Amino acid sequence: MGSVTQNFLKFFRGSSEQSAATAAAASAARISRRSSGLGEFSRRIAGQEGLCILDLGCTSAANISRFTNAGHKVCTEDVLLAAQEPSLVMVGEDGKQTLDATKFLADNLSYSAGQFDAVLCWDVPDYLPESLVKPVIGRLATLTKPGGILLAFFHTRDAGPDAPCFRYHVADNDMLQCQPLCGAPVGRSKVQPPLFRLQRVFNNRHIENLFKEFASLKFFLARDNVREVLVVR
Amino acid sequence: MDTPKPLDPSRSEVAHIGKSVLIKGELSGSEDLYFDGEIEGSIDLGSHSLTIGPNGRIRANVRAKDVVVNGKVDGDVSGSERVELRRSALMVGNIVTRRVVIEEGAFFKGQLDIQREAAKEIPKEVPRAAAQSAAASTPATAGAPQGTLVDTKR
Repeated sequence: MGSVTQNFLKFFRGSSEQSAATAAAASAARISRRSSGLGEFSRRIAGQEGLCILDLGCTSAANISRFTNAGHKVCTEDVLLAAQEPSLVMVGEDGKQTLDATKFLADNLSYSAGQFDAVLCWDVPDYLPESLVKPVIGRLATLTKPGGILLAFFHTRDAGPDAPCFRYHVADNDMLQCQPLCGAPVGRSKVQPPLFRLQRVFNNRHIENLFKEFASLKFFLARDNVREVLVVR
Repeated sequence: MDTPKPLDPSRSEVAHIGKSVLIKGELSGSEDLYFDGEIEGSIDLGSHSLTIGPNGRIRANVRAKDVVVNGKVDGDVSGSERVELRRSALMVGNIVTRRVVIEEGAFFKGQLDIQREAAKEIPKEVPRAAAQSAAASTPATAGAPQGTLVDTKR
């Protein structure tokens, strides 16, 4: 984990703006939301102990407490934040800037193959830069045990480009508290811009292709322009 | 007659290492420590507590009874009793402990492994060899013999 940690520390050390953003995010109000996908996720891990769970969202004390209290091991890794690492930027053959997926995967999601019984992917694919989406999902397929589960959320087109990115806190078996991730206030307006922007909208076919290395997908439609997907490895 | 000033408990019972101190190597001790400096190497406080101050920069594996992190840690932390990440904490590494507290706003990247009840301390007056032989001769189902794992949660 050496180079990863150094990159992270470097990243945070010089960035008071980022700290302010994190603090702002931490103080943002939470919205309660029922989640059928999380309900199914909870049902599948219920009654088991010692599972290894990977949470890809912003660090959530609630999630860590909940899963460790249930006797599980928890790994947390904020891949959206990690994707902001400036050293990942490279210029492609066409002169366009892109992110170096190889370097990203060398520094992040470095776990043993088949280590995880369950993965909380949340809406990471919607906000992840294009060049990282497939490599990250591919890595998750490797890290998830056969029969393991992954919960992901995808916005529908109706959500609009300004759909806020949330930090998800598991409040109950099928209940989430969603905390908007906001950046530091801009100028005098004190308006907090979203920390991450929606990059794309996946349709069902895209989602099926994205998880083609997994065994099955189950879609749950929600009222708030979000599709929840429970994927089985 | 002048009465002696009461000692500041935070200064009298806890060793302090200030923010200008840089240590490269192994730091070990048998008293509680407040560390606000920078270290590359390892920290081993055994059955004592470590508090990492807001200016603390730890590039080391840490072992202590209780570990409170206010600063930055790049390394694995083993707290035999409790690990606490305060809201200003930035922790990259794995945590092994019995109890964990993570405040809202803390950053944590790594694996968190909550251990079941740790082995009971062998009382000092009992010779270790005697305790071990007693533990070996006692069936695992017969209560909680010294030196064996006690699992109260199950």
